[in-house]
Amino acid sequence: MKTSPSMLPKPASFTATNLIFIGRSLRHSLRNVEALIMAIMLPILLMLLFTYVFGGAIDPTGDYVNYVVPGIILLCAGFGSSSTAVDVATDMTNGIIDRFRTMPIRSVSVVAGHVAASLARNLLATCIVIGVALLVGFRPSAGAWEWIAALGVIILFILTYTWLFAAIGLVTGSPSAASGYGFALLFLPYLSSAFVPTNTMPSWLQGFANHQPVTPVIETIRGLLAGTPIGDNGWWAISWCAAILLIALVWCAIAFRRKSGRR
Amino acid sequence: MSTLAIEVNGLRKRFGKQTVLDGINLAVAKGTIFALLGPNGAGKTTLIHILSTLTEPDSGHARIDGYDVVGDRKEVRNSISLTGQFAAVDEVLTGEENLKMMCRLSGLSVKESSARTAELLKSFDLAGAAGKRVKTYSGGMRRKLDLAVSLVVHRPVLFLDEPTTGLDTISRRALWDIILRLKQQGMTIFLTTQYLEEADQLADTIAVINRGRVVASGTADELKARVSGEVIELRNGNDELLRTVPTSGGIEDVRHKLNEIAHSFASDTRISIRKPSMDDVFLALTAKETEAALV
Repeated sequence: MKTSPSMLPKPASFTATNLIFIGRSLRHSLRNVEALIMAIMLPILLMLLFTYVFGGAIDPTGDYVNYVVPGIILLCAGFGSSSTAVDVATDMTNGIIDRFRTMPIRSVSVVAGHVAASLARNLLATCIVIGVALLVGFRPSAGAWEWIAALGVIILFILTYTWLFAAIGLVTGSPSAASGYGFALLFLPYLSSAFVPTNTMPSWLQGFANHQPVTPVIETIRGLLAGTPIGDNGWWAISWCAAILLIALVWCAIAFRRKSGRR
Repeated sequence: MSTLAIEVNGLRKRFGKQTVLDGINLAVAKGTIFALLGPNGAGKTTLIHILSTLTEPDSGHARIDGYDVVGDRKEVRNSISLTGQFAAVDEVLTGEENLKMMCRLSGLSVKESSARTAELLKSFDLAGAAGKRVKTYSGGMRRKLDLAVSLVVHRPVLFLDEPTTGLDTISRRALWDIILRLKQQGMTIFLTTQYLEEADQLADTIAVINRGRVVASGTADELKARVSGEVIELRNGNDELLRTVPTSGGIEDVRHKLNEIAHSFASDTRISIRKPSMDDVFLALTAKETEAALV
């Protein structure tokens, strides 16, 4: 009895494969209750902390909330996307990746699934930040187009961070190592104009703060939402994100091929 | 048309300085169970990884159903199903969700996936745990689900890397029954194992691998015949083994051996004559190899 491959159902298409893996990762997100609570609580706590605890000291006029919202969005996006490194590393150390790779499908889609789920989680966190901000006095000047543009920049930033974390998850050997290596990325928003204007920092730090990727992203979002001047920050933000995103994607593709063949 | 499901010629693989496979030749006929038997580190998993397209060999060739594992990777992936050494199931999902996901990835429609999932849950006796997360499954249940996932669509060649390692006796026997049933359905099964009994019970042909080389191959009986002669066992009333004595098995030799030793055992000592077990064969074969390597 010969069962030729042509008698089998055609394997899932590229689109279908991606959708199936996105569904899988979303289920994972919903079932990881601790992480989900963290993703919801963190934006609320940070928003309240920066407005009521630090805000008065930084800006006694009480207007600090209008300054800090973009920073908190990015800080939460960093935390939210860092779990992608752990999710990806877990898959790569589990036998399930071998199963996917021996099927006639594009198995790298398993990573894309985690990225899509991270985007969904982070957009939820972003909505919570904005919602809480509005409750505690955030008064954005943005019209509909500015909101859409700001959302576009936020999505681009989340995708960039998430693919970077996915690459970290692919190259580190274990889930716990993966969660450790992302630390530097989580620290970047603090060394930017997210929480205080960079001209209040010592001059040696200003050099870094003004020229690192997070600052133009923050300034662009702030400009769109609160009406501060954007200048050339918009182009810098998009260029930085696009370049890092491209590097992260290539890094992921190479790491995936190398890693999964080596086990 | 070739009657071979798997053909391996001169396969070599090194990782750094370590030679893991050192010129492997194998042939597995369609519709049979083949067992690759060897100690830890013998190269069993590497060979399965090469045959299932996960790793490329340094030299040599391997064909699955006539397709080359390097050149015709896509066709090979359409012909095989791999159940790796570690249960390759998603622990966060339920058993049912795991099966449905694999059905969908294999190209079944939503409706077909539900039907096939229900069918597999039933035939693997997992229907009761279908809605529970795999995290809560026992080792045996996990292994069964793992195997069920490999069978969502019919692929002619099934690779099982140490399918019963770590399972209790009951789960092991249940899995053996399933594997034999799959053979009856016409599948070719390539399994690796450290357990001689498993190879003996399941396999039509066995290859013993040690240090990246096939040191012997054949049916279980052929391999046992390679350890010449038979063994006399002496046991006391409590069935405890007192002594084993090698013999040619001929009546003259057995009488002679018994006369020599009879006086030193109690009169109720029972004797039996048996063929050498797979353990005897395995130890003899791998010991020879190790000795040769030391010289």
